[in-house]
Amino acid sequence: MEIDVDYVARLARIEIAPEKLEQLRRDMAAIVGYIDELKECDVTGIEPTAHAAKLCNVWREDVPGEPYAREEMLANAPAVIQGELIKVPQVLPGEGMN
Amino acid sequence: MTDFTVKGLAEQLAAGKITSTEIVKECLARVAARDGEVKAFLEINEANVLAAAAESDARRAAGNILSPYDGIPVGIKDCIAVKGERCSCASKLLEPVKSPFDSTAVARLKKAGFIPFGRLNMDEFAMGSSCENSAFQRTCNPLDTTRVPGGSSGGSAAAVAAGFVPAALGSDTGGSIRQPASFCGITGLKPTYGRISRSGLVAFASSLDQIGPMTQNVEDAAILLDVMAGFDPMDSTSLPNPAGGWADAVRQAGDLKGVRIGLPKEYFATEGLSPAVAKVMEDAVNKVRALGAETVEVSMPHTKYAVAVYYIVATAEASANLARFDGVRYGARAESRDLLESYFRTRGDGFGDEVKRRILLGTYVLSSGYYDAYYLRAQKVRTLIRRDFEEAAKVCDVLMTPVTPAVAFRFGEKSDPLQMYLSDIFTISLNLAGACGVSVPAGKDPESNMPVGVQFMAPALAETRLLQVARSFEKA
Repeated sequence: MEIDVDYVARLARIEIAPEKLEQLRRDMAAIVGYIDELKECDVTGIEPTAHAAKLCNVWREDVPGEPYAREEMLANAPAVIQGELIKVPQVLPGEGMN
Repeated sequence: MTDFTVKGLAEQLAAGKITSTEIVKECLARVAARDGEVKAFLEINEANVLAAAAESDARRAAGNILSPYDGIPVGIKDCIAVKGERCSCASKLLEPVKSPFDSTAVARLKKAGFIPFGRLNMDEFAMGSSCENSAFQRTCNPLDTTRVPGGSSGGSAAAVAAGFVPAALGSDTGGSIRQPASFCGITGLKPTYGRISRSGLVAFASSLDQIGPMTQNVEDAAILLDVMAGFDPMDSTSLPNPAGGWADAVRQAGDLKGVRIGLPKEYFATEGLSPAVAKVMEDAVNKVRALGAETVEVSMPHTKYAVAVYYIVATAEASANLARFDGVRYGARAESRDLLESYFRTRGDGFGDEVKRRILLGTYVLSSGYYDAYYLRAQKVRTLIRRDFEEAAKVCDVLMTPVTPAVAFRFGEKSDPLQMYLSDIFTISLNLAGACGVSVPAGKDPESNMPVGVQFMAPALAETRLLQVARSFEKA
């Protein structure tokens, strides 16, 4: 099974070093070859299981709680502006303002 | 400190023979003496654990203990959040992140006076069976440092087996508590899916993940389960069913008269089951019969598909769950010209090879044109695996199986990812079915002298029966 690892990596937003591509392609082909065994299992008329617990529509009261401290949350941000905004890299590609 | 179990320490604390500060200092001394070699801990905040111990001692002196276990340290796997501490999942991407809140499991431990003690190493994002996928260090099996401790909760298993802490928390998505427990010769409990809140457990595969205790014996596992289990409004998949009373139930465990123990033939006929594990299982079967149990052969015909189903379902869920790690709001962000490049580089630099492999596999099985063939089909086969458990439950009370096909392997021995995945064959089905299971020490491989565990499995919510049988087995 030929897998377009480049394409899948783009979907997943992961940069793959060129020298790792071939090994990854081989590993994934082997794993997909193995999981292909499922095709021999007869699943006619079988409902899918998405979840092990038989719970649905779990509601709770909409009660406001204490928010987390802003400084604590921002302390984890990679870049912060004026102590209150998360700075992100330029959103549109090309020559930027910075 | 002759008895270093949770129960034993609680008794010594109650009798005034020791203080929490002495226990914590003993743990720190043991870590200082040997963790340079074992490398179970990523970090221990000494000032914090000593301060918590002093507070506990003050409560006890004032007659205000939070529970009989007030002042006992518990090691925490690095994917379970502790307020103010880092929570990296052994990943470079999350290395700088400090948790602003306690996971519910940890909050409940603290409420009972337990002291969260250190961050324990693991396979990155809990993806692995050997701890070799940690971005930071290689944890060794304390019983033979040329061998792996198992994974992904390898740091937790190693820390308990080495006697660094009386108990630890792990998480189990496809065997990550039970397999390292077996490799290190300790007890590892995977509760029913939803028993312990997942709030504050960094999600790997949300329909499979479950926190559980890793301990020196079954009674300690029951004690910790009592403290942590029960509905949590912060996790809509946590079970509303009554929880608790397991420690008391375990203390009443007697022999196994009237208990029907199922032996699934597919687990014993597996290719690659080592002679050492087969022999321990044979002895275990004789032991439960001698205790009065009736053993019945059962068939779970879809077991052979479990690994394939798991590596579709778990990777699909992981590809969605790990999409949040984009370096925008937290974590290590790679330098880039624009946002899109930042996503690619942050994730390319931040994730290790195995995590990338699994995200890509999950993305692939969910991608347009493949969804029905892989993901939907896997969910249907998951139904058949669940039914195997339901059918077995009609003729037996618990199932008894090996935990792993062989004892702890050596570093680098399983370099092929698929071979590594196949070693999870006996533990994965339980997560897919949402049932509960426990690994308890059962014997040793005479050649390597490494421990071999036996796995007991019971239907969802049947922890009382599961733990009583495991306790009877353990003490006989």
